[in-house]
Amino acid sequence: METTSPQFKQNARVALADEQLQKALGNVRVGFIEKRAKAAAALPEFESIRDAARDIKNHTLAHLDLYLEAYEDRVRAAGGEVHFAETADSARQIILSICQRVGARTATKGKSMIAEEIGLNDYLEENGIKPIETDLGEYIIQLRQEAPSHIIAPAVHLTKDQVEKSFRESHTALPEDRDLSEPTELLLEARAILREQFLAADVGITGANFLVAETGTSVIVTNEGNGDLTQILPRVHIVIASLEKITPTLNDVSEIMRVLSRSATGQDISVYTTFSTGPRRPDDPDGPEEYHVVILDNGRSEMLGSEFQDALRCIRCGACMNHCPVYQSVGGHAYGWVYPGPIGAVLDPNFIGIDKAGNLPNASTFCGRCEAVCPMRIPLPNMMRHWREKEFERHLSPVAVRSGVGVWAFFAKRPRLYQWATRVAMRVLANRAFGRGRLKSLPFASGWTRYRDFPAPEGQTFQQRWRQQQASK
Amino acid sequence: MSDRDIILGKVRRALGTDGGDVGRRAIVIARLENAPRSVIPARGQVSGNERIALFTEMAKRVSASVVRITDRAEIPRAAANYLRDHNLPARIRIGDDPFLADLLWEVTPVEQSHGPSDGSDPAGLSHAVAGVAETGTLVLTSGNDNPTTLNFLPETQIAVVRAEDIVGDYESVWAMLQEEYGRGNLPRTVNLVTGPSRSADIEQTLLLGAHGPKRLHIVVVG
Repeated sequence: METTSPQFKQNARVALADEQLQKALGNVRVGFIEKRAKAAAALPEFESIRDAARDIKNHTLAHLDLYLEAYEDRVRAAGGEVHFAETADSARQIILSICQRVGARTATKGKSMIAEEIGLNDYLEENGIKPIETDLGEYIIQLRQEAPSHIIAPAVHLTKDQVEKSFRESHTALPEDRDLSEPTELLLEARAILREQFLAADVGITGANFLVAETGTSVIVTNEGNGDLTQILPRVHIVIASLEKITPTLNDVSEIMRVLSRSATGQDISVYTTFSTGPRRPDDPDGPEEYHVVILDNGRSEMLGSEFQDALRCIRCGACMNHCPVYQSVGGHAYGWVYPGPIGAVLDPNFIGIDKAGNLPNASTFCGRCEAVCPMRIPLPNMMRHWREKEFERHLSPVAVRSGVGVWAFFAKRPRLYQWATRVAMRVLANRAFGRGRLKSLPFASGWTRYRDFPAPEGQTFQQRWRQQQASK
Repeated sequence: MSDRDIILGKVRRALGTDGGDVGRRAIVIARLENAPRSVIPARGQVSGNERIALFTEMAKRVSASVVRITDRAEIPRAAANYLRDHNLPARIRIGDDPFLADLLWEVTPVEQSHGPSDGSDPAGLSHAVAGVAETGTLVLTSGNDNPTTLNFLPETQIAVVRAEDIVGDYESVWAMLQEEYGRGNLPRTVNLVTGPSRSADIEQTLLLGAHGPKRLHIVVVG
């Protein structure tokens, strides 16, 4: 996928001025934040389950090579095939060749961020195979030729009017005077149209929330049931998942499941949690004849053993971005690549380079809400800081930032000069405020003062007041 | 070198190991063998009627409807009543499950057919191998007895579960299935179903009946 992360600031400005987007983002607070809080409060063991989930993933990562081998054995034993793909390109080619071998014309798809990461849809289309998104949100944005703006609610940036407009433009076989003013009607229309596609597809492609080593099982989590129809109706089922999705046992999956849905949508569990093991068996009247799992690396083995290893614990719940004040203000598209929000700020530089994605870890106040709600306790602000350090080391930070820090460092290394300079600065600023308590404009600080007033100092530095206070004791 | 070798090589280098470490292998084998349980919510750790009551309450919270009957002979009546109460066509599709076989459908107006669904059936009847009280979840397994398509294609799903098969937590389900299918084995598909299909993708409005069934009716037997 092409990136616009270098234009983040511009993207953000456009997003802030976009009224429809702002209206849609308003739903995020009630839709996700309040629901998560309620679900967490209703489960007394929530915090200890977070700890257990983190420990399970840490254990898995520390033995990842062995669990990968065990998983592969079990899939083969169940009659499935495992394909390892080191790069996005490799993964695309493997999937295409399976589709071509079976003469596929269409492929239904369950929601998969990995498929997004490797640019699968465009690649399939270029090679004559039509991919059909079946998750309602993904279907809507596919019609609009947009990228998802959230990792679990891809169309969260749209209002229902925008959805209606897209349906009318694309579903041209249906009567023009039909009523589509309510979400129910939109849903019914999508259900009918996609039902035909489900039944006609030659190949079904899904992601996986978990790959279970104990039994060679792939697990998907949906509310709609689209992932299930994608994987049981066509002749061939292809699972595409990244290697850190490996989880040792079904009991381990059960534990992590308990924090996944609660953190994502505030549900205790999603409607359909489906465990698939291999192709159809002799006594199965339905199900795929072929079952393939494509395990993708694409840079994750490099994160292992590095200061970014903890990010491999991510279970893609979306809680971090739901709670992030930056994401809430600008939405997902502003981030400019596959993963938005705090997890995007940590992952995207890994995939597209800190030179292109540098804006993302900088678009944070380190308020820490992301880390506070992450079910896997990933220290996201810490990792964003690592990226900022790398950016600085590679001289990629903007010139203004480097010189600003340089100037500050000059004074900070000379304490007497620092104290003198700040004394002067405080008195000047206090005078400039004319006793109003705030400054509406400041030289060199227009980035701040364009949108808010700068609080005015009262005239003394902290050190001056401290000395005075100590002296009068 | 295949992609597989490259990836495993990178992972091993990152972890500072060469794959030959016997101690690490033993740890992994032990975990896969013993499948230790982590923190299990106290909520599901109740028994008898309390457990059935919890299952029922949790299922209703996610918009499933629940009735309890004493004997499997009453299943046709329970299904017929539900279809009639909701003005639904009196037609139902069933798999080959022995628990749902030889029932007296003749006393009801319901027409039954058998086998996997091709999408034209308005209602499906399945037998869930277990229920999980923790979240009001049904456990359905693939096979001729209860074809998986019956769980997803019809608009209405009626699921039967025996009261004695309702367990407290997910971990108990896996123990039960491993006993039946053997250590490390599962049937081709295990569906954990919690309520009818839904989506909130349009302006966060919760709607039922996205792609799977719009209605889920649970009949607890016993």
